Amino acid sequence: MYLKLLIICCLLLLPLPSLAADGGYGYPIPGSYEATILGTPASVMPVFTGEMRIRQLVLDVLPQRRKPPVFFYDKGLRCTFAYQKQKAPLVFLIAGAGANDRSGKLITMMKALHQAGFHVITLPSPSHANFIISASQSGVPGDLTEDSADLYRVMETAWKQVAGEIEVSSFYLGGYSLGAAEAAFVAKLDEERRVFNFRKVLMINPPVSLYASVTRIEEMLQQIPGGPKKQGIFFNKMLSKFSEYYSAGNFVAINDDFLYSIYQEKLFSHEETAGLIGLTFRINLAGMIFASDVITNSGYVVPKNRVLRPADPLDDYFLVSTHLSFFDYVNEYFYPHFQKKRQGLTREAFLESQTLRSIEGYLKSSAKFGVMANENDFILSKAELAYLEQIFGERAKIYPRGGHLGNLEYKENVAYMVAFFTEREAQP
Amino acid sequence: MRHRACRTTLALMLAFSLTGCSATRMNTAAEVRPWHSINEFRDQRFADVEDPWEGFNRNMYRFNFYLDRYLLIPVVNGYEYVTPTFVQERVSGIYNNLSEIRNLTNSIFQLKGIESATTLGRFVTNSTVGLAGMFDPAAKFGLKRHDQDFGKTLGYWGTASGPYLVLPVFGPSSVRDAGGLAFDTGLTYGVYSAVDPFAGTGHSTAIDSGVAALQTVDLRHQQGFRYYDSGYPFEYYMVRFLYHQSREIETGKAPEAESP
Repeated sequence: MYLKLLIICCLLLLPLPSLAADGGYGYPIPGSYEATILGTPASVMPVFTGEMRIRQLVLDVLPQRRKPPVFFYDKGLRCTFAYQKQKAPLVFLIAGAGANDRSGKLITMMKALHQAGFHVITLPSPSHANFIISASQSGVPGDLTEDSADLYRVMETAWKQVAGEIEVSSFYLGGYSLGAAEAAFVAKLDEERRVFNFRKVLMINPPVSLYASVTRIEEMLQQIPGGPKKQGIFFNKMLSKFSEYYSAGNFVAINDDFLYSIYQEKLFSHEETAGLIGLTFRINLAGMIFASDVITNSGYVVPKNRVLRPADPLDDYFLVSTHLSFFDYVNEYFYPHFQKKRQGLTREAFLESQTLRSIEGYLKSSAKFGVMANENDFILSKAELAYLEQIFGERAKIYPRGGHLGNLEYKENVAYMVAFFTEREAQP
Repeated sequence: MRHRACRTTLALMLAFSLTGCSATRMNTAAEVRPWHSINEFRDQRFADVEDPWEGFNRNMYRFNFYLDRYLLIPVVNGYEYVTPTFVQERVSGIYNNLSEIRNLTNSIFQLKGIESATTLGRFVTNSTVGLAGMFDPAAKFGLKRHDQDFGKTLGYWGTASGPYLVLPVFGPSSVRDAGGLAFDTGLTYGVYSAVDPFAGTGHSTAIDSGVAALQTVDLRHQQGFRYYDSGYPFEYYMVRFLYHQSREIETGKAPEAESP
């Protein structure tokens, strides 16, 4: 009897040593891929109380832009604005690749910061269709320098629109994933333009090199049977698995309990989970490629000069765009576009300009930056993680797990983020 | 009242789809073959759903977008602005409780004994102790809600979903589910007329219209979905896929694995 009890106790205590080893960090999902997909379980998210004063902004950033009829629903760049009655700092937050201004992660960050007394404006990622259609000057997303200039214009437009309503003491900036890298470039641009004089800039799970990070995501799709060209077959197979699991179990609806049970029962293998992350990336990328192609009339996936109407079927473009890799986009569309504009630009030099290394001197010299990263984030190599620690030193907070963005909404991470912005400003 | 609203909607919708068709293509320059086209790829489509009336459906999807934008969402926003959250929750509770009649009849049609008993238990408890559904004490007794409708019943007995169909006002559906919706609405209407709760007041028509209007507002209030809200250029396909798959899965029909 006692023996049995002892065994049970031992089993229950098993996870504890590992917890102690990483300083008591309590984010519960150890796997990198699993954390990325599942995010933060609701039970360990922070609780927000009180109502937010919140409003949707629809900005006319490029008044000259003529929007194709297929994007009839796009009435301008959408941002979300949460504000205080009293004077407070204003934080701009930039979404990650493919996300809009209302992504779950941004909204959690917004709620936390608003509760801590900040004004907040969330911005869609320059890789999101809404941004490409309504705010991207060139219509070709992916260049950190140009996208940051577009973001800066958006911030100025947004600020102009709300300046009369709120009192602002100073400006801060934050972003996650691709948005984090963009935040660094926006901050650098701000040093010349001086419209905001950002005092603090927080980068959450940034890539060091855009190209290297995306390469790693693309590799995840290489692992599926037949490679990325057979993603449709792979997806349908995963779907059958998912449905059969649902039918066999006693589930009430497709909800969090169901999804969490998929994780616990390890329904998908490690490779399959990786494949699903890669496919999600491709689905986002497809939206970006299509929107950019239509806006620039480049004839990449849509015939040049074709005017798509609101009710035209788009499924062929959908299939084609999801089957194009990031490398296709870079080699056939993105790099040639910039090569035309800048004579003598080599591919290597161009890709190197899409890295934090290219502005290393600035990042090292400025005390306004903070970084949050995860040891098992698959978009970073060991060397790149070490690089972040080397450049930012004390200002880089490295968590033992969380995958890519999985722990962003975990209460400890949210508390760290809020503390970063509430601490006294560094003197320039 | 409801009928008139339906007729206006239908007229609008017709006018809308006609203008959609008559719009001329303003091609000035000749089209050029794109760099990548469908012919290079040999793969199954994913997110694929039988949709022979895509043109009609897309027009209807767009019609709902405008209906939301210029009518329903402003009304819902006004409703949310003037009524306290507490009241909104009670209103939703009452309508959700009434829809247990639909859940009950359909779980009986599917001969699901335990589920029917659970739903009946919920309805009785919440109608009495829960003050006509304003509160949900049944959930505290462990009686979980099981959403059922006649579309699911048909699916349960083997009826295929049929082509995808976007309905005006109601949104994503299928031929089977649209039939199911008509049946459920008829049944609820029949029960309601038989009971006629406001007959004694002398203003039953006016009150009934009010009840129906509030129900529409509450339905949209409870539903987070907004047309074209994602901004994703292929949203139509994602919504179509998610609707179809979740219905298939919840009616207990696993999709067959196709051979490549």
